Amino acid sequence: MGARRRLKLAVWKFASCDGCQLSLLDCEDELLALAGAVEIASFPEASRAVAKGPYDLSLVEGSITTPHDAERIHQVRRASKVLVTIGACATSGGIQALRNFADIGDWIPLVYATPDFIHTLKTSTPIANHVPVDFELHGCPVDKRQLLEVILAFLNGRKPALAAHSVCFECKRRGTVCVMVADSTPCLGPVTRTGCGAICPAYRRGCYGCFGPLKNPNTASLGERLRVLGQSDADLLRAFRGIQAGAEAFRKESESHESR
Amino acid sequence: MSRGRSRTIKVDVLARVEGEGALTVRLKGDAVVDVQFRIHEPPRFFEALLRGRAFGEAPDITSRICGICPVAYQMTAVHAMEDALGVTVDGPLRALRRLLYCGEWIESHALHVTLLHAPDFLGYESGIAMAKDHPEAVTRGLQLKKAGNELMRLLGGREIHPVNVRVGGFYRVPARRELAAIEERLKRALDEALAVVRWVRDFPFPDFERDYEFVALRHPTEYPILGDRLVSSRGLDIAVRDYDAHFTEEHVERSSALHSVRTGHGAYAVGPLARYSLNFDRLAPVAQQAARDAGLGPVCLNPFRSIVVRAVETVQAVDEALRIIAAYQPPDDDAVPVVPCGGTGCGCSEAPRGILYHRYRLAGDGTILEAKIVPPTSQNQKTIEEDLWRFVEPRVHLGEQELTWQCEQAIRNYDPCISCATHFLKLSLERA
Repeated sequence: MGARRRLKLAVWKFASCDGCQLSLLDCEDELLALAGAVEIASFPEASRAVAKGPYDLSLVEGSITTPHDAERIHQVRRASKVLVTIGACATSGGIQALRNFADIGDWIPLVYATPDFIHTLKTSTPIANHVPVDFELHGCPVDKRQLLEVILAFLNGRKPALAAHSVCFECKRRGTVCVMVADSTPCLGPVTRTGCGAICPAYRRGCYGCFGPLKNPNTASLGERLRVLGQSDADLLRAFRGIQAGAEAFRKESESHESR
Repeated sequence: MSRGRSRTIKVDVLARVEGEGALTVRLKGDAVVDVQFRIHEPPRFFEALLRGRAFGEAPDITSRICGICPVAYQMTAVHAMEDALGVTVDGPLRALRRLLYCGEWIESHALHVTLLHAPDFLGYESGIAMAKDHPEAVTRGLQLKKAGNELMRLLGGREIHPVNVRVGGFYRVPARRELAAIEERLKRALDEALAVVRWVRDFPFPDFERDYEFVALRHPTEYPILGDRLVSSRGLDIAVRDYDAHFTEEHVERSSALHSVRTGHGAYAVGPLARYSLNFDRLAPVAQQAARDAGLGPVCLNPFRSIVVRAVETVQAVDEALRIIAAYQPPDDDAVPVVPCGGTGCGCSEAPRGILYHRYRLAGDGTILEAKIVPPTSQNQKTIEEDLWRFVEPRVHLGEQELTWQCEQAIRNYDPCISCATHFLKLSLERA
């Protein structure tokens, strides 16, 4: 019997901060073992060498913000057997999706002296709006343990086993005192998916929702509770319109606080 | 190479850098006729999207500019806000900020030295490929990187986009015993960092020096990380708040990053070479000795030796972290109180790649009215192009592949962070 062919892994970048793909290099103890288990076929941040596709697993970081990238993502999809998006930019548009609530024409001259040089779309959108995506890994940045779990799952032909509950559950599990109950600190924990390890409340600050909404979050009810804690509509708008502004549930909640 | 023949050397996706860039070098015969270092990272418009946000949100929002140096963004943002709001953060809180920043220097430098830059000198496509022949060096680099990340996780909650930094200080400061837990790990990291200096000092360095104008922060006693005075190797000595009067950003067609120049003087260089050459006297004895043992003088003008300087700075950062931990007495409060008010504030800090400058104008309720952010890589862009003009010409006889690789290496000397600079690379050598 011959050795099993090593699966080919590719990492792609669209509009992003590089943090999610850095999470892969941050697996200091596992990186060399991973590089032995799979062929890292394309990962420009780490290597000059690029092997031709098709790729068994593509990790896609970043959102679609330019006409060129809107084309390029289709090439990536065609070259990939399994496509997994990693991070807030790729799964909900990222912080740069704040442009979706503004007029990009007004923005370009604020940053660039010669706007004609800049080719950009009016919106920042997640990858799934453009091509079929096999799995979305959330977080800004993604958690490296979750990232390893996703890679291992796909390499072994199984579904990733990731918890789907709220940050609140994680706080209880850690034994962290609730910052909203104890300190009246506004916190998005009740509506935010777990994955980070509930770190903000462990540092006595409220969760700011960087892993995005869990399934069926009751954002309106949390909004009312936060109002009791003294948050204004402007505060609530900003709270839901942050790192995960483009995630459906947070977008709707933020819009319900527009100049009420 | 026959005279008059034209060639183009192109690198469409520059590897082992953070973000997307490209390079085109056009040659006519043996003469370089054009060098274009392009940044085609899609613009994300941070300076626009910050308008209307609350002052307190700036550290978390701007950290998303760069996953490699989020602490630099957070620190620069809080300093600019504190300047605008008339708040001074000193004592143990400031020491903790330096400690967190040391973690980022260690992580970022270890990543670049071992995984991104060393493969150029030893002829490997990547750090991972290099690991087959140099397993000890790569493992040591990864362990050093990990120590930096552990420090960031301890103080910041996580290594990428830490959550514990706020205007005025921290959400929660560590107890002494929490810091003591990492002390032994950092003592080992000091040995690892010194071993990295000994490993890189004998790499084959091209004979290449330039008379740069270096720009870096300068502090009365510390090797600069945080500070409020900027100096240059050509006599500039200004307060950070006078930055805008001395530096100009230009928008050029090939780049979604703005090019910075020192007004009336031209290109300048920031980063490890600049910091080291302007602040050798501020290095800790152990770092100075490591530099001397590696054959460095008090000034280093060869950008290829930046890998040695980064290794020396890693020693500095680990040693500094150990000293901060040894002297740490927790402050009474996690943060100093901050009351929103109108005004304009500036902040500057030494990101691993060089000075990062922020300026904000705030409304009376603390809402951000205007933001300006100048990342290190956009300040180095012009210098990188100038390096290539000088570097390529004596080497035009080299074959296409060799020349292309050496050009890439010349760019990686700067550890360019393109995600940051975009408002910032791809390499092509054209022999027209």
